[in-house]
Amino acid sequence: MGFRGQKIEMISDALKSKFDQVIAHYPSKRSAIVPLLVFGQDEIGHVSGELVEEIARRVEVRPIEVEETIGFYSMLHRRPIGKHNFQVCTNVSCMLRGAEEIMAHCERRLGIGHKQTTADGLFSLEEVECLGACCGAPAMQVNYDFYENLTPEKVDALIARLKKGGA
Amino acid sequence: MPETMTTAAPSAVTLTIDGKTVTAPPGTLLIEAAKQAGIEVPSFCYYPGMALQGACRMCLVSIEKMGKLQTACTTTVAPGMVVHTENDEVRNARKAMLEFLLTNHPLDCPVCDKGGECELQDAVFRYGAAETRFMESKLHHEEKQFSKLIYYDWPRCILCYRCVRVCDEIMDVNAYGVAFRAAHSEIIPNRGEKLECEECGMCVDICPVGALTSGTYRYKTRPWEMNYTGTVCNHCGDGCKTTLSIRNNEIIRANNRDHSGINGEFLCVKGRFGWDFVNSQERLLEPRVRRNGSQAPASWDDALGLAVERLKAVIKEHGRDAVAVIGSNRTSNEENYLLQRLARSVLGTNNIDHHRTADYASLVGALTAAGAKDRHATMAEIASANSILLIGNDPTQQHPLVALQIREAVRQHGAHLYVINRNRIKLAERQAAVFAEVKNETEALASLIGDSPSGELAALREKLQAESDTVVIFGSEIQGRDVQRLVRWALALPGRTRFVALGDYANSRGAADMGLLPNTLPGYSPVSDVAASARFESVWGGSIPSKPGRNIREIIVDIDSGAIKALLVFGSNPAKTFGVSKETLAKLSLLFVADLFPTETAAMADVVVPAASFAEKSGTVTNLCGEVQALRKTMRKAGTRSDFEILLALARLLGAAWPYRTPDDVLREIVERVPGYSIALPHLLVGGAVPTRPEGAPLALERADLVFSSGDSLFTSGSVSRFSWALNAPEEARRPRGHIF
Repeated sequence: MGFRGQKIEMISDALKSKFDQVIAHYPSKRSAIVPLLVFGQDEIGHVSGELVEEIARRVEVRPIEVEETIGFYSMLHRRPIGKHNFQVCTNVSCMLRGAEEIMAHCERRLGIGHKQTTADGLFSLEEVECLGACCGAPAMQVNYDFYENLTPEKVDALIARLKKGGA
Repeated sequence: MPETMTTAAPSAVTLTIDGKTVTAPPGTLLIEAAKQAGIEVPSFCYYPGMALQGACRMCLVSIEKMGKLQTACTTTVAPGMVVHTENDEVRNARKAMLEFLLTNHPLDCPVCDKGGECELQDAVFRYGAAETRFMESKLHHEEKQFSKLIYYDWPRCILCYRCVRVCDEIMDVNAYGVAFRAAHSEIIPNRGEKLECEECGMCVDICPVGALTSGTYRYKTRPWEMNYTGTVCNHCGDGCKTTLSIRNNEIIRANNRDHSGINGEFLCVKGRFGWDFVNSQERLLEPRVRRNGSQAPASWDDALGLAVERLKAVIKEHGRDAVAVIGSNRTSNEENYLLQRLARSVLGTNNIDHHRTADYASLVGALTAAGAKDRHATMAEIASANSILLIGNDPTQQHPLVALQIREAVRQHGAHLYVINRNRIKLAERQAAVFAEVKNETEALASLIGDSPSGELAALREKLQAESDTVVIFGSEIQGRDVQRLVRWALALPGRTRFVALGDYANSRGAADMGLLPNTLPGYSPVSDVAASARFESVWGGSIPSKPGRNIREIIVDIDSGAIKALLVFGSNPAKTFGVSKETLAKLSLLFVADLFPTETAAMADVVVPAASFAEKSGTVTNLCGEVQALRKTMRKAGTRSDFEILLALARLLGAAWPYRTPDDVLREIVERVPGYSIALPHLLVGGAVPTRPEGAPLALERADLVFSSGDSLFTSGSVSRFSWALNAPEEARRPRGHIF
């Protein structure tokens, strides 16, 4: 996992062999850019410059073409973000069920705003469009996990657990 | 760059555009068919010669029996098609597209560089789309400096992708991308916030709006306040046509937006930005004369008078062969012709040479001997070639237009490029069909044309023998007898083989053609050839010495030995180029230098006179393909005189009565007297490039150290580039020579 201020230089051997596998799934190498970025970000925590270069080299495009792809997808992060990324949905269903309050609560408790990261590198916060979890609105996604029917209390409990090192 | 290729087809398609019957080959884009019929369909993203984008929606046209409006830039002609390019539906759609493009576009036209020559402004004017229903505040980002020469103003960008495509497809640098989405999309450079590229500025030039601006031009002037003059770039030997924009007797900008000339709109960093040496504060602006050991300002009369006085004294005391002349790679054909006339018929010596950067004499000699004097390739023929053999040199760095032509040949019609080079040059990495990486090009040539070529050269030869109409391009690595061997061998390849020798500077070829050589008259006849000499003697009077003079190496040795007492240097810096020491130069009774700048050689001179730059004179230059183009005087620089004027003054003071009043008078004599230069003047006068067909039987190259390239990079240009801000400011200029972007 990548933390703020911490520089990760290496791409693990496991990740490299994963890259080989993924590229082999596609008839054209460049089609693998998005999955490679996702797997790389999962391991490193964000898309590092080194990762961009590595992917460009492997799929035989110039680094700027990888950068273009990253810019297009809001879930790919070019700079380090917090270990736990709070993505609060504020689309219609969630909004009607109190999402704005949840968002405001997160901002207050974490002391950060939209697209910001806490100084300890533990949390990031962003307001996102529909997560497809309307049946459990208001909802938010933290990394790959969904939390539904949120209340300020539930958010507090989650923050406390994550601070203790829970998942 | 060539226009989009239209496929040659058996049957033409007939359609109707705005009531006109139009015929076009199948596959023609509607926008091009309309243009042929004189109907302009507006567009931002469509650009001839580059991939289709279909992004800007400005070229929407109405086609009968098709439900929606169609983009004319991506729709091809079909038989019986009925197209309307200006009905109400179309006009409304375009107006709406413009309103949309203006949602975030700032209306800072009064201060924008592009104001007055902006394609968006023109389109809004044409469709009256100045009103907007957009009430929200406009998105804004601060302007970014991508490099010292290129700035990006995001709000002005209309995302036509021209910059991205020109950099990728035309320049093969690919320094731009488009990141983020929708209204937030922006052009991004390749190194985070910065560009690392050739700094050619093609992106700035091609930008339809003021989003990409030039570091040297921005906020300086309005386009209608300038005067425009088409002339020829004075840096490398490619001979790009450039339009200099002048205000208040100062160059403000160079580009070639009218696409005229052999380079179309292409210019490299030197052509587009590197003209600023002309405006340098370090220009010599008054003659200087050495008195009591140090140089001091003098009048023109005193300076030229002193030079002539010393020349006469040297000739009287030591004879005519105690005088030597070194000419320039950048001065005009007319000036070079007069310089050798001064040496041969006024001073009476063949001690005249210049820094030879390609062996043109051997090429002309070999082609003449083979009866193939018409086999000099033109610049356009490089781009249209099916097969190209490149030996030595690095055109991407040294000859950007030649490199572009090679890339276009490969990109536009799949030409095969064969590269023989000691370095992994970019063309070898990116475009070559076969690349033979060799230790030495001369040995590689011997192997290639020998009985059993080794390694990759064998494969290369086999493929080359299956090609036809190959264009052979070679650098200074191939010279003397090797040129003859190469020419003989390559002429036996299938089809019409043609040749290009890569000489470094704007008039390197012209210097050789005009006889700035110790053993060769203008047009490549030996000085010992009585009939050839008579051709010139009959107009000059007197006689031309028939004994070959000293070459530049011998001149230097004999300055040191004391046999040469007076040296005239025009637009050359032998102290640097040939490493002539101060001690050696100090032995001369007269060192006369005419130059733009205080070079190492000028610093040692007894008499220095300030010469005019290419922008300050008229005349002609010959590019490395042998194409003659006209230089046009665009401005004046107080204090300077052109080499033409300096030479006339020297000749007069030396007692010669020359009949020339203008450079045109000299050109007429060249056209009449120099073999191969009987060119069509009207074509030249309208800014065309006129091929020459020199022929002659020059003597063999004297020795191996006379022909060598300076090995300039994209950011250097002999002794001139150090006086240019633009060629030193970019980070890339500090990269090692040969660095690939």
